[in-house]
Amino acid sequence: MLDRRDFVRQLLIDRGELLVVPGLGSATYDVAAAGDHPLNFYLWGAMGGTAMIGLGLALARPDRRIAVIPGDGDMLMGIGSLATIGVKQPNNLVIVVLDNAHYGETGMQPSATGKGVDLVAAALACGFKHARTVSRIEEAAAVRKLLHTGAGPILINAKINAEDAPRVLPLRDGHAIKLRFIEALNSA
Amino acid sequence: MHTPVNIETSWPDTIYAQFRRVDIRQVGYVPDAGHSRLIALCRDDPNIADVVLTTEEEGVGLVAGAALGGQRAALLMQSSGVGNCVNMFSLLRNCGFGCIVLVTMRGEFGEFNPWQVPMGAITEDVLRLCGFLSYRIDSPDAVDEIVGAGCDMAFNGDLQIAILLSQRLIGPKVWTR
Repeated sequence: MLDRRDFVRQLLIDRGELLVVPGLGSATYDVAAAGDHPLNFYLWGAMGGTAMIGLGLALARPDRRIAVIPGDGDMLMGIGSLATIGVKQPNNLVIVVLDNAHYGETGMQPSATGKGVDLVAAALACGFKHARTVSRIEEAAAVRKLLHTGAGPILINAKINAEDAPRVLPLRDGHAIKLRFIEALNSA
Repeated sequence: MHTPVNIETSWPDTIYAQFRRVDIRQVGYVPDAGHSRLIALCRDDPNIADVVLTTEEEGVGLVAGAALGGQRAALLMQSSGVGNCVNMFSLLRNCGFGCIVLVTMRGEFGEFNPWQVPMGAITEDVLRLCGFLSYRIDSPDAVDEIVGAGCDMAFNGDLQIAILLSQRLIGPKVWTR
C-alpha cells in the first residue's frame, strides 16, 4: 500500500508542462501538498466529473499531456465516463485513481473498490490502451513516466493507505482557479 | 452578426451553421430522435469532436475541460437529461464557464408517453434554478436568431444558456409497436 502524499509527490516531480486535474477532497489536497501550480485545476466539487474535465481538456489540447487524479469514490460515480473516454481514445490522457477503498471525506465509509469492484478491469473493458494496479512506491517512477509519454488512454489504480493526511488547502475560488489555469496554459 | 442561413435548410442545419459561426469544436450528446440530424452533421464535421456520453452530466465536465483548453463546446440532450445534470451544473456557476445546451423537449405537446411528463414539465424551472437563462423555440423561423443570440451570450458573456426546442417544433415522437 502506498502513502498517498509520497506517491503523488513522486508523480509530480519535474512535471514540466503537465496539466493536472485532481478530484474533490483528498486528491485535491494531495496535489496541493506536492506543490501549488497554476496548471492544477483543483476541484472542490463536481464529484464524478473529474475524468470528463480531463477528456474535454485532452481533446482541446492534443499537444499537451493531461493527468486526471480522482479518488475511488469520484471515479466510481463517473464510471460511465470510462466508456466515453474509451470511445474517444485520447492518447494524451492518463487517469491515476487514488484508491483507498473508502470515502475519506465523510468518515471513511467503505467503497465498492474494497468489495471487489475492479476499476482496472473496467477501464480495459472500455478500450483503454493500458491499465494496471500499483501498490508499491518503487512503481511511482514508472507511473510518472506514463504521465509524460504513455500512449493513452491509460488508467492506473493506485492502492493507497486509508489514512487521513493533514489537509493542505489550495485556492478555492472557482473563477480564480480557472483564470489562473487558462492564463498559464496560454502563456506557456 | 449572424451568418445568413439558407431558409430552405431545416432547423438542425440552421443550428449547425451557428455552431460553425461561433467555432464550436466539441459537441457532447446523449442521442435523441429530435437531435438526430444535428448529431449527424456534427459527426461528419472533421473540425468537431463528437462525444457520445453515457449520461448527460458527463457533458458538463466536457464543457469545462474544453474551455480550460481554449475550445468551445455545446451539449445536446433531451429534457429528461437536464435532470441528470443538476448537481454537475454547479461547476459552471462556480467557475464561470459559458455553456450552450440545446434541449429537445419531451413530455409536452403531443406526448404519447406519460413517463416523460414529470421531468418535461419541470425542465424549464430546473434550468432556471440551476442558473441558466432559457429560451424556448416553437417555430423554425426563430431558430437562427435565438440560437445565434444564445451562442453569443454563452461564449462572449460566460453565461449558461439553454435553448428549449419544443415538441411542437420537433414534432411529436411517432410511436409504433
